[in-house]
Amino acid sequence: MQNVLEMSGICKSFPGVRALHNVSFSLRKGEVHALMGENGAGKSTLIKVITGVYEKDTGQILVEGKALHFRSPQEAQNFGIGAVYQEIMLCPNLTVAENLFIGRGQHALVNWKRMKEQAAHLLHSLDIPARPTQQLSSCSLAVQQMIAIARAIDMNCRILILDEPTSSLDEEEVQKLFRLMRELKARGVGIIFVTHFLDQVYEISDRITVLRNGEFIGEYEAASLPQFELVSKMMGKALDDVSQIKKEQPLSNQRGIPVYEAVGLSSTAGIKPFNFTIHKGEVNGFIGLLGSGRSEAARAIYAADKVISGEVKVNGKKVKIREPLHAMKLGIGYLPEDRKSDGIIADLSVRENIILALQVLKGFFKPFSRKQAELFAEEYIKSLNIKTASTSTPVKSLSGGNQQKVIIARWLLTHPEYLILDEPTRGIDVGTKVEIQKLVLKLAREGVSITFISSEIEEMLRTCSRLIVMKDREIAGELSGEDVTERDIMYVIAGGGTQP
Amino acid sequence: MNKMKIWNYQAFLPLLVLAVLILINLLKGADYFSISIINGAIYGNIPNILFGASELVILAIGMTLVTSSSGGQDISVGVAATITSSVFVRVVLNAHEVTLMTVVGAFLVSCLVGIAIGAFNGTLVAIFNVQPMVATLILFTAGRSIAFLIDGRLSPILANRITNQIGSVIPGVPVQTPILLTVVFIILFSILLKITNLKLYAQCVGINQKAARLNGINPVIVKLLTYIILGVCSAVAGFIAVTKAGRHDSVNLLRFVEMDAILAVAIGGNALSGGKFSITGSVIGAYTIEVLNRTLLRLEVGTETIKAFKAVFIIILMILASPVARGTAAKAVQWIRARCTGIVRLPASEKAEASEGSEVDLSVEKEV
Repeated sequence: MQNVLEMSGICKSFPGVRALHNVSFSLRKGEVHALMGENGAGKSTLIKVITGVYEKDTGQILVEGKALHFRSPQEAQNFGIGAVYQEIMLCPNLTVAENLFIGRGQHALVNWKRMKEQAAHLLHSLDIPARPTQQLSSCSLAVQQMIAIARAIDMNCRILILDEPTSSLDEEEVQKLFRLMRELKARGVGIIFVTHFLDQVYEISDRITVLRNGEFIGEYEAASLPQFELVSKMMGKALDDVSQIKKEQPLSNQRGIPVYEAVGLSSTAGIKPFNFTIHKGEVNGFIGLLGSGRSEAARAIYAADKVISGEVKVNGKKVKIREPLHAMKLGIGYLPEDRKSDGIIADLSVRENIILALQVLKGFFKPFSRKQAELFAEEYIKSLNIKTASTSTPVKSLSGGNQQKVIIARWLLTHPEYLILDEPTRGIDVGTKVEIQKLVLKLAREGVSITFISSEIEEMLRTCSRLIVMKDREIAGELSGEDVTERDIMYVIAGGGTQP
Repeated sequence: MNKMKIWNYQAFLPLLVLAVLILINLLKGADYFSISIINGAIYGNIPNILFGASELVILAIGMTLVTSSSGGQDISVGVAATITSSVFVRVVLNAHEVTLMTVVGAFLVSCLVGIAIGAFNGTLVAIFNVQPMVATLILFTAGRSIAFLIDGRLSPILANRITNQIGSVIPGVPVQTPILLTVVFIILFSILLKITNLKLYAQCVGINQKAARLNGINPVIVKLLTYIILGVCSAVAGFIAVTKAGRHDSVNLLRFVEMDAILAVAIGGNALSGGKFSITGSVIGAYTIEVLNRTLLRLEVGTETIKAFKAVFIIILMILASPVARGTAAKAVQWIRARCTGIVRLPASEKAEASEGSEVDLSVEKEV
């Protein structure tokens, strides 16, 4: 079969990060090719290299047999490569027809009548249930998504890239979208499909390419790759030097009143009601693929998202946690998944970032003296080995790993009883990862309860004595004991539910 | 090295500008710093600047806070001051006898009005997420009419000893009262920042609202609080302005002061998009604007054309403060340092650029 796109040896680095390393990818005419990988695997970077947003460092891109490289998305689009992203980038207050053609024509004058006719034709040919004169915002999300696709494929489209198009659609809408994809497929369009929903991958895709940590893992026929193997290929094994880390026999065996206990907890972020307990000195973890609800569960515990139901007990006492401050006052700390947008206060100093949570707990009218704040900051810079020029250095000028340590220091300073760490090791170097894992186990020995979330399955196995497996925004199963293996976890995630 | 950091470009710029302006004044006449004593009080160019800038300094302080927490500006401060001062005048004139107590009482009432105005603006911004400039546009438009109605469609005159002395000089005190009030205000404000976490909270909310919330800070309350504080600042500024003028002119009192207050924040090196702030910078910025106004007057620029000249000066200032110019300056400093120590650390291409920029910037530095 003819390859419409052929990429080989693609490398792309950003300052300090190797985003893609020797990645290959090929797309046939009239196929749906799923691009799979966990967060940070390099999917988005690869797409941006194809569409000309980024320029590749090395490697070759052949489009229909010709070596090409696009310098801008506009160039790629003119050549017939269309991309539709997760968030619909259309104008909701314009009509469907305007959205289909705006910014397209080279003419200063618009022939409204012709535009409407063309729009009607396009909508009809793709079987999209919308009228050209209808305002876009009055269409359902799925229809808007289809209009975005229609816009992308309008100009003799040869390659269509769909980046997480289904994340905000319900089941019926997904089916509508799939019908459109099949229609395009039949016309010979090559479709690159990025999603986190495994079932959808198998429903629509012909082939699957897996990336992990910027590396090419493999290209498979969808029919011959069991879901279980796909999960294991995506998660992979982290080859870090951690042989010295050993999980302690959990203190949680000595039962008693749980440090934290929730029944039927749910939040506006879409996590379905779940039950959860953690004991003193226990390390447990939410495990699952991205979008499985692992972060949303943690955020619900901390009330980072608005809690809508659930009964919560802390140390056996019934409490109401409505906002983060309540959780903090009950001795709960939370290290957010997205360090940059939820964690650091970028422009403020390392010192101010470290004392922030304790300062807020102490109160508005009781600021720490500069001297006291310096002492706190210096103590944790030393004990966590944070590399910073001084306590007054803006935290944004630190490396990712050191920024993460600053946030960990912020919570350690409050001496929490229960600490939630959501992806504390993401995007940081192996050495720091090991340090953080060791720290987690040390804290647990000292009696701190910890919930640990990570995309790396090995890391979770090493640190957690109990794993709560999440799937589709609810708990799919729970695994504990010394003999839990990656295989067990993947069976639960892949939908087996029970172990063979 | 550490000292260099404290004197970074941001703090350095307003002081440099101030120095240049004073130099121009000295070139015009060497008697710039001369003072005279009339009836036991000190007058002269410098005291006049301090006297004239009182309201602007106070408003700039409040504006800095609001800018930091909400990333936007309140354009109703001048109008708010007009309303609060109209209430002040009304209360004073309704009293049978004007004693110190009535004046203080009237001032406190006007502060309450200021708090109400701040709460109104703050609610729109913090709870309803209205753009600060749009939210405050409401009062900006309606405010002077409201003040006119409170005044009873008149321009009431404050003809009593106490308010006159507050607006000018108290016998036996060598410094004009508004200057003293401003100093007291700055001291009180510094104490406020010292004994509370206002600065930390406002900056956190301004830089990263989501992270601030996850660390237990309530962004809505913090923003509301900064607007309320600005409301009080407006009341104090209105009080000083009306006692200075001796009558309440709801059309012209503190007219266009909001733009100068925003400018003072910008000249002080504060980002108008919020976040980290320096009150000292804004205060210096406010005085710089006053010096600029008076310099232009001293250079006998006509009152009709003064605004055009002011604009030219501000354009130069803003270009110097822009990130582009700052980058060039940083490169220049690096280049000079490399020259001095004899170590060339810059790659050849950058060096060429840096040497180009350095010539421009050296000339500025030489002027000082």
